[in-house]
Amino acid sequence: MTSPLITALPTAARKLDPRLMWRNPVMFIVEIGAALTTVIAITEPLLGAPAGAGRPLAPSFTIGIAAWLWITVVFANLAEAVAEGRGKAQAASLRATRTSTPATRVIDYDETADATAERARVVEVSSADLTLGDVVIVVAGQVIPGDGDVVSGIASVDESAITGESAPVIREFGGDRSAVTGGTRVLSDRIVVRITSKPGETFVDRMIRLVEGAARQKTPNEIALNILLASLSIVFVIVVLTINPMAGYAGREVSIPVLIALLVCLIPTTIGALLSAIGIAGMDRLVQRNVLAMSGRAVEAAGDVTTLLLDKTGTITYGNRRATAFLPVGDAEDTELARVARLASLADPTPEGSSIVTLAEEQGQHEPPARGAIVVPFTAQTRMSGVDLADGTQLRKGAASMVSAWVAETGGIAPEQSRHLDEIVTRVSEAGGTPLVVAVRDAGGDARVLGVIQLKDVVKDGLVERFAELRAMGIRTVMITGDNPLTARAIAAEAGVDDFLAEATPEDKLALIRAEQSGGNLVAMTGDGTNDAPALAQADVGVAMNTGTSAAKEAGNMVDLDSDPTKLIDIVRIGKQLLITRGALTTFSIANDVAKYFAIIPAMFAAAFPGLAVLNVMALHSSASAILSAIIFNALVIVALIPLALRGVRYRPVSASRILSRNLLIYGLGGIIAPFIGIKLIDLIVSLIPGF
Amino acid sequence: MGAQLWLFAAQLGTVILVLAVAYRPLGDYMAFAYASPRHLRVERGFYRLIGVDPSSEQSWPAYVRAVLAFSTAGIVLLYALQRVQELLPWSLGLGPVNEALAFNTAVSFVTNTNWQSYSPEATLGFTVQFAGLAVQNFLSAAVGIAVAVALVRAFAARHSSTIGNFWVDVTRGTLRILLPLAAIAAVLLVAGGVVQNLDGFHTVTTLSGATQEIPGGPVASQEAIKIVGTNGGGYFNANSAHPFENPLPWTSMLQIILMLVIPFALPRTFGRLVNDNRQGYAIAAVMATFFVVSSTVMTLLELGGSGSAPRLAGAALEGKELRFGIVGSTLYGTSSTLTSTGAVNSMHDSYTALGGGMAMINMMLGEVAPGGVGSGLYGMLVIAVIAVFIAGLMVGRTPEYLGKKIRAREMTLASLYILTTPALVLAGTALSFAIPGVQADVTGTSIANPGLHGFSEVLYAFTSAANNNGSAFAGLTANTPWLNTALGVAMMLGRFLPIVFVLALAGSLAQQDPVPVTAGTLPTHRVQFGGLLIGTVVLVSALTYFPALALGPLAEGLLHS
Repeated sequence: MTSPLITALPTAARKLDPRLMWRNPVMFIVEIGAALTTVIAITEPLLGAPAGAGRPLAPSFTIGIAAWLWITVVFANLAEAVAEGRGKAQAASLRATRTSTPATRVIDYDETADATAERARVVEVSSADLTLGDVVIVVAGQVIPGDGDVVSGIASVDESAITGESAPVIREFGGDRSAVTGGTRVLSDRIVVRITSKPGETFVDRMIRLVEGAARQKTPNEIALNILLASLSIVFVIVVLTINPMAGYAGREVSIPVLIALLVCLIPTTIGALLSAIGIAGMDRLVQRNVLAMSGRAVEAAGDVTTLLLDKTGTITYGNRRATAFLPVGDAEDTELARVARLASLADPTPEGSSIVTLAEEQGQHEPPARGAIVVPFTAQTRMSGVDLADGTQLRKGAASMVSAWVAETGGIAPEQSRHLDEIVTRVSEAGGTPLVVAVRDAGGDARVLGVIQLKDVVKDGLVERFAELRAMGIRTVMITGDNPLTARAIAAEAGVDDFLAEATPEDKLALIRAEQSGGNLVAMTGDGTNDAPALAQADVGVAMNTGTSAAKEAGNMVDLDSDPTKLIDIVRIGKQLLITRGALTTFSIANDVAKYFAIIPAMFAAAFPGLAVLNVMALHSSASAILSAIIFNALVIVALIPLALRGVRYRPVSASRILSRNLLIYGLGGIIAPFIGIKLIDLIVSLIPGF
Repeated sequence: MGAQLWLFAAQLGTVILVLAVAYRPLGDYMAFAYASPRHLRVERGFYRLIGVDPSSEQSWPAYVRAVLAFSTAGIVLLYALQRVQELLPWSLGLGPVNEALAFNTAVSFVTNTNWQSYSPEATLGFTVQFAGLAVQNFLSAAVGIAVAVALVRAFAARHSSTIGNFWVDVTRGTLRILLPLAAIAAVLLVAGGVVQNLDGFHTVTTLSGATQEIPGGPVASQEAIKIVGTNGGGYFNANSAHPFENPLPWTSMLQIILMLVIPFALPRTFGRLVNDNRQGYAIAAVMATFFVVSSTVMTLLELGGSGSAPRLAGAALEGKELRFGIVGSTLYGTSSTLTSTGAVNSMHDSYTALGGGMAMINMMLGEVAPGGVGSGLYGMLVIAVIAVFIAGLMVGRTPEYLGKKIRAREMTLASLYILTTPALVLAGTALSFAIPGVQADVTGTSIANPGLHGFSEVLYAFTSAANNNGSAFAGLTANTPWLNTALGVAMMLGRFLPIVFVLALAGSLAQQDPVPVTAGTLPTHRVQFGGLLIGTVVLVSALTYFPALALGPLAEGLLHS
């Protein structure tokens, strides 16, 4: 922490410029106070101390107050500078990718006749000269000159410059992986790209502005909080301005530096100093997780989300159906079913096939593949696959109806066994799985059904717990799937989501979002395809996957560079943490005032009104040391809380009530008690200074 | 002291019991009165008379315009009545009231403050009392409830551009709530011995042979609404310490209950109208907590009053009626200053410094516990908005109260609301000592007890005026051009600026669609939120007034202790 603080010092000093300061009204008041006290400190020895109350304060007192007021302002700027500094480093590395690169522009690109642009005329231009709609050719080894969509070809692209992920990704024409980002490098093959961004407004440009904080606008909650802080400041300005006329009635006017000190202690400087740092750090935490929010508003909205739409495939489940059980029929043996299922699948290259092999091996089947076996591949007509062994035995697995028919060809199934089979097949289907029937026909033509392989969409590990967490946070999860309602219901129950939308079309998705929103809910979703774009735009928080199309990225208000849909949950958490940090430090800041009053009021008036000495509960050494100690505490607490402001207050997914209790205890009660101790300790040191 | 404490506990217990019994029926009745779609025949006649369509609703600016027009007309009328008093019947031979005082009194009664810079029996005849002051006692109270109901409606509304109809609200408040309650109260008061006649002054010869003027008048009818409508303007200068206004301990007790009954039942009305009675209980519980703590503290301070005179008397009895005793006085004083009534059955100026300070603190809380009729509820709801904002941030959501989001606009209006009164109190007090000419007048003419207590008298006056309470530290001579004008302005701004902010807030809340309640929603009906609300009320006022209190009651009281 120390070194970033020191490196940020020059920036913090530059921010003392009043033209920059006035944007933060609370700290601007402190700066004015500091300037005024400085003037008084300089003129006091020349003009003589003003007629003040009680015993005259030491000359070093005014200088001390002035110095610590300046320090308070610098500390506040420091918080902001440190927060910005973290983004600057990232911006620098991003900027390196933005240097202009040569580009091969196609002249008069003809989409239909010459989609690959093999025959078209080309011209070498600089990437800086490319405009919206230009078409360029990028070949292996070249840097993609701007954001765009692949209109022809396929290539592997190194996107580590923006994602930090070293593994190359595939970008191809059509589908949901057609978007390419300027500054990334093509590793293999050749693609034709249509540029979709204006110069200076590319994805990387926006990212740089974002992490640098240049594009930072105050978010709605931040504005509302600023209003509260400003009005508290106004109240305290009135309080302080009216003290001297009132005290003057008793002939006990207070000197200006003391009044300024009181004012600075009362206005909410702690939160005022840290507010913008909290906002910058919140965006930064998202960036660290490879999520780019297009605005702070979106981050805040994430904290408010009440409904989360999650695609089933890839988000809730692994996306591939996997074998999860062998269910023997009739008197067939478990082990035989597993053995046959494995043998029939050894040559099956699909993920389903290999998952059957894995499951069988887990159950102790390790027979080597039979020599001379003939593989029978899956076709759309037969809807089954398997092997014919050298000894004439045929092993098959496939759709229930087809395998049953195949068995019936040479004999048939006993009615009792058939009923059992139907029962199992139905059960598996109802549970959201896919049944694969396994049968064997020996050389003599005697066929029989061994049992059923249960294939299931497997719910990702840990999701059940995360959904439970979300429920505790008051967020409803809705699973979106193209599956039939039966399967959808089963998977929804297994994953623990609150609701599901089955056989969903993009229109259904959009309608669902609108319905949720009309009920007052805030909806978050992820998406990658062009057909997701309307829904992404309609959702309050739309997270587009970086692998997705540029239409999707334009429509969303966040982009996840890792293209990990479960990250939505982290985004919600970061949004909440941002608000909690603001609220907690506001509470702390206001609660601090109690102790400061007990330090300063007796210091101001106890000499004139001895009764008020009882208010000096901290038994502070003298008036001067009490006031200076309060000011020093006020300044130091800002620095002490910078790490908390940058890191964010700890957030646990429990009910609102429990979060509030915890934070009230720590930041409310703590905010009342801490300054009593802090000011007393500082006073012990200050009292050693001669003159105090 | 032990016996006194038992007496206090018994009296406080009785008050709470009666209020608890009245809470549901009265609260429900008031909710019904404002929500019912039906109009009484007399109401329909009245709407025709003033040319208002009772079925049309008003947007918030229209509602504001109606409140302001109605109140301005009230001020003008009341001012005119006083200025032409000598031409009116039953003027008892009293002449016109001077400009500054007439202005002050007109504003005072229309703003539900009922600050009295004058001695009523020596200044106003029957007609002004009856046709001017008593009428405003009803109407100003009805305006307060109307504004509160408009705000409550806004919390309950879904996507609405209107917040009700002021003319309907003020008519129903007067006819359906205040008139019946005042009628019952008047009968009970008469039964207790409060006078009700048109007799004017009787000259009697006392036992010692001296002659004395005994005033009469329509007292009970005016006393009833003075208390029920949390107005507090006495028929006589001695207010409810006068035996013709408040003759017996039980009438005093009755007055305490009548002051509190509407403000304490309004949270129920709120709960009913927003369809969640628990929200009403939470607000009422917070108000009750303040009431119990504050009355206990004030009673203890007065019972334990230091100084030689109190010690000889056994308690701080100066300025208190023996028929009410310490407990009967402090309970009345607390009820009166916590409800913005401002009626007194003992002289707050003569309380111990800290006891008098408690009366000031009660008002400085912003008159929200339970506060004036209507104004207490809307004040508390605005502070709840502030509490919800800070707490809401701390749970990680855009803060919301009853499903309505608290964003920049709502926060601006709530902040302006809590800014107004402290600014008026502190600026008014400070200006009284800062403007050279004024300072000479205030310290020379107005302040009866120079020094710390004199400062308290001025601070009390502005606190009372800006918070629309109306009680006074009687040592202050307020019938001067400066205080009449400055306090008049403080009363006016202290009443109408907050009303404008509240109605604007209502307008912006009504437009919103409520957010559904989830586990992530901050519950606002539990003890936790109650505690937070108490903390916000205390912190907001304590932080604002601490220096001023330190210079007055604290410096004085702690010096003696």
